[in-house]
Amino acid sequence: MDFLIFQAPILIVQASLDGILLGILFALIAYGMALQWGVMNIINIAQGDLVILGGYIAYSMYLAGIHPGWGVIVSPIVMFFVGWGLYKLVINKVVDRDLFISILATFGIAIVFQQLMNFIFGADVVVAQSEYGTTMLFDNSVTLPNSKIFSAFISLLYAVVLVIYMKKSKLGRAIRATAQNARAAKILGVDTEKVYAATFGINAALCGVAGALIAITFTLHPYVGLPYTVRSFMIVIVAGLGNLPAVAISGMGLGVFEEFADYILGTEFRIGSVFMLLVFILVYRRFKLSRKREYLK
Amino acid sequence: MNKIAKLFIAFISALTLTLASITSSFAKVEGEYIVLGSAISLTGKYSSNGVHTQNGYNMAVDRINKMGGVKVGGKSYKFEIIYYDDESNPKRAAQLAERLIKQDGVHYMLGPYSSGLTKAIAPVTEKYKIPMVEANGASRSLFTKGYKYLFAVLSPANQYLEVAIDLAVEKNGGKPVKIAQAFEQDAFSQDVRLGILDAAKRTGSKIIIDDKLPKELNDMAATLAKVKATKPDVLVVSGHTKGALTAIRQISEMKVDVPMLAMTHCDAAKLSKQHGKKSEYALCASQWHKNLSYKDKFFGGGKKYDKDFKKEFGYAPPYQSAESSAALLVFKDAFERANSFDRDKVRDALKATDMQTFYGNIKFGPGGQNVAKPMILFQVRCKGDTCENKVVAPTKWASDKFFHPIPKWSERG
Repeated sequence: MDFLIFQAPILIVQASLDGILLGILFALIAYGMALQWGVMNIINIAQGDLVILGGYIAYSMYLAGIHPGWGVIVSPIVMFFVGWGLYKLVINKVVDRDLFISILATFGIAIVFQQLMNFIFGADVVVAQSEYGTTMLFDNSVTLPNSKIFSAFISLLYAVVLVIYMKKSKLGRAIRATAQNARAAKILGVDTEKVYAATFGINAALCGVAGALIAITFTLHPYVGLPYTVRSFMIVIVAGLGNLPAVAISGMGLGVFEEFADYILGTEFRIGSVFMLLVFILVYRRFKLSRKREYLK
Repeated sequence: MNKIAKLFIAFISALTLTLASITSSFAKVEGEYIVLGSAISLTGKYSSNGVHTQNGYNMAVDRINKMGGVKVGGKSYKFEIIYYDDESNPKRAAQLAERLIKQDGVHYMLGPYSSGLTKAIAPVTEKYKIPMVEANGASRSLFTKGYKYLFAVLSPANQYLEVAIDLAVEKNGGKPVKIAQAFEQDAFSQDVRLGILDAAKRTGSKIIIDDKLPKELNDMAATLAKVKATKPDVLVVSGHTKGALTAIRQISEMKVDVPMLAMTHCDAAKLSKQHGKKSEYALCASQWHKNLSYKDKFFGGGKKYDKDFKKEFGYAPPYQSAESSAALLVFKDAFERANSFDRDKVRDALKATDMQTFYGNIKFGPGGQNVAKPMILFQVRCKGDTCENKVVAPTKWASDKFFHPIPKWSERG
């Protein structure tokens, strides 16, 4: 236990801001996961690996001399087609099977992606330099890397655009209809196959954006995808499916919680504490549920 | 169809049989070849360092074979290595070690890459009493288990950054310093941490931040905010390449001012290339540097090794390659002194090793670790936009003066 954070109140500001900026980025990945989970009932274990692949696209641009910040536009476009192709190749065969099959299939995809990225980009840890500089607040006692602010801003932008798109566009309506009741949607003339492919593509595109942002804020390595999968999974579990504001809030909440756990319990409990929180939330939900209705087993 | 299938099966079984007979005929010494075995990470997360290791081994094998080979009993033998890809997976590495020993009949082993994999293989080689010379497992716990057949040409992990603390104390006018440290939670980094704890105790220094970074983590913002608030004299970070890259990125972004920053894995992370000027003044522990003045008759000195390696593989040798090449020199020396292929005689000869290679002096302590070679520290220094690693300690090999304290970010261009 360390109470340094309470002795230096400025650290509370730092921790909260860091947590919120981090959380928004995670929320974007989680939103993609929630979307395709809700629509297709697939838990995508390869989510984090799609993120990393998106990051490598931005990194490749950086190597080619293009500013990696443009990755937030290029990467989702490329990743949309990767997602689309992945759906046509594998996911369409598991989409109406039970959850276990889809977990197994996406787990397999995750391994293939990791090895491919290792093969193409090498096993070295890499970073892309954005040179965005730093914002200093309170006489340099709180520092926020502009790359993190940029990440949060872009994440929010994509989230808002997506919400509007889902509400207004034809495809968005079709996706929502399919999520509500795939059979009914099909009967009413929605091409669910196309909807599924588009949903998976959109999810991959969101991963692409997040990956490009991670390339400029953190580090890339072919094998670091899983933590992103786990965290987005956690955010979705906490927030529930199909509820974007909840995803954003739970993302930020988890981000802030993580930062504070780091300061108070120590860095080694940072990720562990998030898991603890998840257990509490699940138990609490179960408790609430059991009070509401009873059912026979 | 059925016929084709049968034919195919027949073909496959014939092929397997032939292969089986070939592999089983490999023995410890086959004709004029001394066969060594190694499980090495050619795929998976250690693959780049695995390849550095393999290149180091291959370079030494070629060189020794070309320069007359190994003379045992008046006859000249050549080295040959059987490699298997362990996929960077400890379980797989242990299986492959069994396979090398039991199926391929290998009697002498070379180590894999990383402490974790060496730890997985050591119990196997120990069980079958197979001497193993390893060059890439520095974890202290490898040398405290009483292994009798394990020999490491590199300095153990706890020595990596001890020197840095001594240096900090020296710069502080001999007075104890305040240390902030962040280490990944893995065997190697935690051993580096133990070394710092020892050094702190010895010098009376105080550790004010002691963070353990989870493996999955690539964000040190919280640790660095604490560093900013507490103002230590020296910040020590070790978490493989990811840790080094994350640390420099976030230290520069958060404008963390510390007088001294000591790290590991700077060269593996290509710090000076990936982060350029932002990494300037970072102090890094290294097993080897080409400017050291050690010599042997196979590779000449470090500079010549550097040149030859570049010519052969197209990149400058990281220390992982240099130490791997040194492992072969140790084996050669031991075979010739034992003048026999008896495993126990070779083992005893290895135990009595006391030699100089281009990589450094090699002499094994009771646990099998190399006790004759000090770690070196280099500092990243930049001229314009090109940054280089300059040796600053120990003084015997220092090409440049240690720059202290690190200028504040507000004064850095």
